[in-house]
Amino acid sequence: MVLKSIFEIRHGREMTIDNSTIPVWKHRHLLGLEQLSAEEITLLLDEADKYAAHSAAGRLKHNVLNGTLVAQLFFENSTRTRSSFGLAARRLSADTLDFTPSSSSLSKGESFIDTAQNLVAMGARILVVRHSVPGTPQLLTKYTDASVINAGDGAHEHPTQGLLDIMTIRQRKGTIKGLTVALVGDILHSRVARSNIWALKKLGARVVLCGPPTLVSDRWSELGCEVYHHLDEILPEVDVVNVLRIQFERQRSALFPSVSEYFQLYGMTRRRMELGRPEMLILAPGPINRGVELTPEVADGPHSAILDQVTNGLAVRMAVLGLIQGKSAPLPD
Amino acid sequence: MARLTVIRGGRLIDPDQGLDLIADLWLEGSRVVGLEPPPGAVPDKIIDATGLLVTPGLIDIHVHLREPGNEEDETIATGADAALAGGWTTIVSMPNTRPPIDTPAAVEFVILQAKRAGKAQVLPSACVSKNRAGEELAELGKLYEAGAVAFTDDGAPVSHAGLMRRALEYSKMFDVPIYQHCQVMELTVGGLMNEGDVSLRLGLPGMPPVAEEIMVARDIMLAELTGGHVHIQHLSTARSVELVREGKKRGIRVTAEACPHHISLTDENLATFDSNFKMNPPLRTARDVEAVIQGLIDGTIDLIATDHAPHAPEKKNRELDQAPFGILGLETMMPIVRSSLIEPGLLTWPEVIAKLTIEPAKLIRRQQYKGHLRPGADADVTLIDPDRAWTIDTAGFRSKSINTPYQGWNVKGRAVGTIVSGELRYMLDPHRETVMV
Repeated sequence: MVLKSIFEIRHGREMTIDNSTIPVWKHRHLLGLEQLSAEEITLLLDEADKYAAHSAAGRLKHNVLNGTLVAQLFFENSTRTRSSFGLAARRLSADTLDFTPSSSSLSKGESFIDTAQNLVAMGARILVVRHSVPGTPQLLTKYTDASVINAGDGAHEHPTQGLLDIMTIRQRKGTIKGLTVALVGDILHSRVARSNIWALKKLGARVVLCGPPTLVSDRWSELGCEVYHHLDEILPEVDVVNVLRIQFERQRSALFPSVSEYFQLYGMTRRRMELGRPEMLILAPGPINRGVELTPEVADGPHSAILDQVTNGLAVRMAVLGLIQGKSAPLPD
Repeated sequence: MARLTVIRGGRLIDPDQGLDLIADLWLEGSRVVGLEPPPGAVPDKIIDATGLLVTPGLIDIHVHLREPGNEEDETIATGADAALAGGWTTIVSMPNTRPPIDTPAAVEFVILQAKRAGKAQVLPSACVSKNRAGEELAELGKLYEAGAVAFTDDGAPVSHAGLMRRALEYSKMFDVPIYQHCQVMELTVGGLMNEGDVSLRLGLPGMPPVAEEIMVARDIMLAELTGGHVHIQHLSTARSVELVREGKKRGIRVTAEACPHHISLTDENLATFDSNFKMNPPLRTARDVEAVIQGLIDGTIDLIATDHAPHAPEKKNRELDQAPFGILGLETMMPIVRSSLIEPGLLTWPEVIAKLTIEPAKLIRRQQYKGHLRPGADADVTLIDPDRAWTIDTAGFRSKSINTPYQGWNVKGRAVGTIVSGELRYMLDPHRETVMV
């Protein structure tokens, strides 16, 4: 079966999806990509491609989660991920319930476990959780019987972001295996990096981390990544650059002397684009700090896939919401 | 004549006297008589100890009882009761309560509450600094006279090197150790676990081992300078063990303790994100665990203490950054020490018992009457069933809290009888999970 994805419509490349061997998805939760196998990650990506194809063909709404209640618990600010999950749930005909700590009983001292249990008592079957502390989604799985999706836990994982990054790379490059992918910047505080690293490695990419030693520990080389501190040195070998945001809100102490120095050493500029391969792809999980991690001309230029990432995020989240309820994407009409 | 008790037929282990034999032990009132009865004696009470180890009462020199101020976590009575169930006859309470134990009245409060409870004996430690603020020396002389057996700001280090120097110097005249919680705070801001490969993977803020080691090194040097006695609490890293080893070789007055969790768990356990694996110092790597065990084997580490740190479930079962540091220890020490040290053949029972009796007694200068079973010693005795199989279950805990990482573990080895001052205050049914006393 051949589906046309939004990417094909935008970029005119054909993509074949083999639908004949779908392994069984057996997870009730999506807490991270570290625990998933290459086959499971590929399954998620294939499912996402199908939803993307449906969208591209104008089939926006699906009867996959008919009436299932999806509660979003965001204990940390988010615009893109939250809207994306909410829209994904509605596209699958789920009901959604949005929870924000400021307008909630958390400000009256209720614990977040109690809050989650209350939402489950209202009938929530899926909890989409973002929290500033690693492991918090995992903690919830012990206290409720709902499915838990990690929408970002501190510096630990952000699995749907990792998936949408990889989906975007796969669209543009056709495959992940054999690519060199550089994650540049604040690896220390980055959940996006951690989700990307495990998934990219499982799918056979070479993973290069680049940033100052205070943000990129040499210990990563013991965990199967290559560590560089000089961006210009590695750029000529790189197929994809994923430009991580500097997380000013997570900086406990100054880990680099100034933004201007950071930009000089690691900012993606036109000059650096010229050091790279002509087909070099630029990703950024956003929100981007223009002029800190990359210049506007790079962010908006032809190598940038930043808006594709956002589009793909919707498809990835539809795939995840469906699969953890045991539902595959519908076949095309 | 005072009441006569005989403990019959057990394996009597008294490392201080070098005893390890099957024998009877006679107690008269609150004193040990010895292995032979007084002439013409008829026992008032006979305790059958066949198949059990009979040891001097165990002494835990590092216990948090939370009273006054945090009675929702533990009280002096519940903590001293939990101690009995773990086989401890004497425990040293930590002064990081609210208010902290930094006045003679506060020291006396702890002593009186413990007497009222009538469980394990509680000897208080008191603060090094006024209000545990780390700025001015507390009134160590008055605290000592009120009954403090050690000085510590535990929970936090004495960060100020000048204050630490004065404390070590000044405490010499009372011959009392300064316990130090070694942590350079500037290196552990926000830290929730050991800094290493695992923290990197989990995205959790780490506490580097050097944060402990720098202060271990500093305080050993200050002990050398002053001639004071520094006791390194809950030593957890390989390099800390080396530093203490070197300090002892130089003849410096440094002692050290290891906790059961630091010889049985590693930072890999944090992959569960379970806050019952969060303590300070944090669980380290397998390499550190090995080094700490080696330190226990070669005597670099003098003794085993639990750092029993109860926290009520509503505080502990939370997001990892909100959950406080610390776990229970009193009721689970025996099987953990058995599985980590004795089962693999690293230490023998008499060697382990020494680190739970005479060594801690010496540390708090109570070796005249405690830590051994010589005639005239305090009649504090622990009965241990070395192979008793059981399942650790918080439902049976006497502590007010349940924050243990060992819940559900199937283990062997358990204290089954605890005699304090000649009184049998705890006795477990030999066959059932039923407490007889």
